[in-house]
Amino acid sequence: MAMAETKNSAGSANIAAGLREAVYAAVIAFFMFVLFIGVKTEQNIHNELVLVTRWGLLATVVVLAAVVRFLQVVYLMPFLASQKTVDAKTGLLPTSVALRVFSKRNLIIGVVVAGALLLFGNAIQEAVGPYWGAYVGLLRAAAIIFVIAWGIFSFRNFISTYSYSLGFILLVLYPVVMVSLFGFQGSLKWVDNFGIQILIYVMLAWGLNIVVGLAGLLDLGYVAFYAVGAYSYALLGTQFGWSFWILLPAAGAMAAMWGIILGFPVLRLRGDYLAIVTLAFGEIIRLVLINWREVTNGAAGISGIPKVSFFGLISFNVSDPNYISKVFGIAQSGSYYKIFLYYLILALCMLTGYVTIRLRRLPVGRAWEALREDEIACRSLGINTTTTKLTAFAIGAMFGGFAGSFFAARQGFVSPESFIFLESAIILAIVVLGGMGSLGGIAVAAAVMVGGTEILREMQFLKQIFGPDFTPELYRMLLFGAAMVIVMVWKPRGFVGSREPTAFLKESKAVSGSFTKEGHG
Amino acid sequence: MSATITTEMPILRVEHLSMKFGGLVAIGDLSFDVRRGEITALIGPNGAGKTTVFNCITGFYKPTEGMIRFTGREGNEFLLERLPDFQITAKAKVARTFQNIRLFSGMTVLENLLVAQHNKLMKASGYTILGLLGIGGYPKAAAESIEKAKHWLEKADLTDRADDPAGDLPYGAQRRLEIARAMCTDPELLCLDEPAAGLNPKESLALNALLNDIKANTGTSILLIEHDMSVVMEISDHIVVLEYGRKISDGTPEEVRTDPRVIAAYLGVDDEEVEEVLIEVGDEDVIEQLDTGPDADHGPEASSSMLAGPVNDTVVHGNGERVTVEKGAGKAAQVKPQQAVSSPAARKPAAKAAKAKAEPAPKAATPAKQAGAAKAAKASPASKAAPASEKPIPAAGKGKEAGISNRLPAARGGKADDLQLIKGIGPVNEKKLNAHGIYHFDQIAAWKKADIAAAEAYLAFDGRIAREDWISQAKVLARKAASAPATRRGGRK
Repeated sequence: MAMAETKNSAGSANIAAGLREAVYAAVIAFFMFVLFIGVKTEQNIHNELVLVTRWGLLATVVVLAAVVRFLQVVYLMPFLASQKTVDAKTGLLPTSVALRVFSKRNLIIGVVVAGALLLFGNAIQEAVGPYWGAYVGLLRAAAIIFVIAWGIFSFRNFISTYSYSLGFILLVLYPVVMVSLFGFQGSLKWVDNFGIQILIYVMLAWGLNIVVGLAGLLDLGYVAFYAVGAYSYALLGTQFGWSFWILLPAAGAMAAMWGIILGFPVLRLRGDYLAIVTLAFGEIIRLVLINWREVTNGAAGISGIPKVSFFGLISFNVSDPNYISKVFGIAQSGSYYKIFLYYLILALCMLTGYVTIRLRRLPVGRAWEALREDEIACRSLGINTTTTKLTAFAIGAMFGGFAGSFFAARQGFVSPESFIFLESAIILAIVVLGGMGSLGGIAVAAAVMVGGTEILREMQFLKQIFGPDFTPELYRMLLFGAAMVIVMVWKPRGFVGSREPTAFLKESKAVSGSFTKEGHG
Repeated sequence: MSATITTEMPILRVEHLSMKFGGLVAIGDLSFDVRRGEITALIGPNGAGKTTVFNCITGFYKPTEGMIRFTGREGNEFLLERLPDFQITAKAKVARTFQNIRLFSGMTVLENLLVAQHNKLMKASGYTILGLLGIGGYPKAAAESIEKAKHWLEKADLTDRADDPAGDLPYGAQRRLEIARAMCTDPELLCLDEPAAGLNPKESLALNALLNDIKANTGTSILLIEHDMSVVMEISDHIVVLEYGRKISDGTPEEVRTDPRVIAAYLGVDDEEVEEVLIEVGDEDVIEQLDTGPDADHGPEASSSMLAGPVNDTVVHGNGERVTVEKGAGKAAQVKPQQAVSSPAARKPAAKAAKAKAEPAPKAATPAKQAGAAKAAKASPASKAAPASEKPIPAAGKGKEAGISNRLPAARGGKADDLQLIKGIGPVNEKKLNAHGIYHFDQIAAWKKADIAAAEAYLAFDGRIAREDWISQAKVLARKAASAPATRRGGRK
């Protein structure tokens, strides 16, 4: 009786607090959004700028903020607190939410729903019309995702143990799965827009990881090396007709050379100063590309960049005698080239990852990490910090150059537009979100950030909610920013905040992110 | 310096080293040797320039002047001031540690020791290229480097924590790890910057054992900066003492400990001990100069040591003697032992040393002015207005002024009373009073108001004579002196 009373009074106090917080949230939301959402300028038919008010939308947003805050204070926060409280009788923590959500019963429901909708989904969609049909599609997708998530959750220990091998197998099988699911033509989007795009960023981020994550040198102009690699291949390929396989190392060497050229003047700089100078370097390269018209064709860019061939044996040009469909006697399709490019960038990524892992266990890699931890101590141990920094710049830039020449080969066209500062920022954001120094974390971050922005294009059902004018891909930067904020709040050191030691005596224990330093530039 | 001259070159010879930061002379014309296979300690009060010397030796600073000659085991010579810092470790084999520990905190203990073997491993890995391709002798070299790391882990008692991040270790272990890391570079000379700072007595003992072990088993010479006298006195073979960037002493721990300049500068000891030492050395000049300045009310307590600074750290060192290490200012610059004169009256200068900070030099330089100043002081007995630099000194006094009424031309019977028995009168004041013809208690006891004012003018005191009640003290003492032969206050230890 007494307990029930206290519970009641606690509940009412909670609700009072929730209401108060909701009012605060509403007031804050009102002032935040009154100018963004409440009023809007539009051009009318007479070419005049008129002020349009959207009080209804503003009210919706404000009420939404208040409701969410109320629910959070009254239900979510007590619930989360109760999750951390041990049951007095059993002495155990309550079953975690994840275990409850991924229960066997829910799996059965999920499988049944997914199966039923896969079988009869189309029929239902036709029956209910396009409006409700979209929701049916959404439900089907949600059921499938749930079943997959259930599988991942129940095998999470296995997955975390073998994450690298599993990831590699998944990546190798990815085009096969996509082709078998969607056919050659249907798989193009998944292999090219998702697979290749993500892997390019994985490679760039792994390359930048050497400079930022390992050596602790903040580089905001990494895209410059990407540009050097791309233009090296574009120019030499179009002017001299050299093969990709010769120009790939050449582009890498060229970018590495520019890495050293950038490295020399900034050796003595640290932190913010280094960041600003590298940023300036990135802009200089871009401006040179725009203005040196005789060589780079200015802002118009270079087109007609030759395709990559399979070491000269198999070509992907329809007119060539050794075109792939002629060699194997199969139907013509543009997707062969994309699948080939997918495996090419996968191989380049693996090379980057392998070299990074090897380098970390070599003295130079340890010296990079030591440099990040304490440069003065490095010098006191006889480490030449100048050459150590320059090798970090050079090797990081080299991988950027590789990625650049691949990019040029894939696009068939390069222009300075592709090498703006935003690219540097995205690559750096991926490195930071993934957890500096960790290859796995960075790969996941690249998949989430690049794949997430790409998948927005697929979310056409959002038009059902926000109206037909809504174009989800315009919100990709919003998503990018929101994801960064969430990850940084949830995991301040990135997805993988800990660091694997490069050598051990008895057992390899991950070093917590609280001990590692970010470097001073 | 009582070094026996050996045919072998010292491992490190610092010659006429100067380091100036703008107008500040951090090190001025410093020369000393670090002998091979020995532990040399560099000590001195805070701000004496010890760490600057280290930074010059290890290349973090380029000295303004001077030469630092390093002679290796094979007779190879390096002029360290000409090498970049990392080559000093890589080629000349001089390793160092830091006052504020500089470990690679995000790397494991083992990795810290592997980083230290960078240059050797770099060669073995064919400057990365061969190592990356997996050809050459890198795996063997890597295994050897781990063996070496294990060796030093054992010596530093860190084997159990080899796979933990260095930043996770307790402070004492971090200190040991830093030494182990430096040793992994195979140094011929190991420079340790305050290795015992922040260690508890037990850890200090472990450190001593580690350093002695390094000295005995590796043949590495050690140069260390240390404030902890229990470490310095226990393990060093040779001590160099710095103050204000200049060397004030150089010798064995015994010699340094008894060197009055060092005592004045750095090692505060019990009053009696200083007394003993100063009488031994008999330095009148010191006493004269030291016993001036503000009175006890404005200065440190008479019981505190001569160096009375804000931090007062008493440690028990190896021989069980009490040594008070002062973190305050040193005073050795004012000590000029070459002018030594035997003076049994010299007593208890220690308590006054810290007070004497300001003026000795300007005073000595302007005797004529001071004579005039004495007159000015007499004219205005309140003497508050008299600038500090115009204080009279005994040499200028000569007793010409008729300030005090009952002056005597000489002590009665040629033997003066021991005026220091009066609380408030130190050796310098005694000398001054004697110079003004005051030799006996009864003279002071008979002072009138005007006499007191005059005396205060001479002594540059204001109100102190009345406050400390010299008159009644003197009366008591005079009575005693009349009844029995004067006994010395205090006494030897």
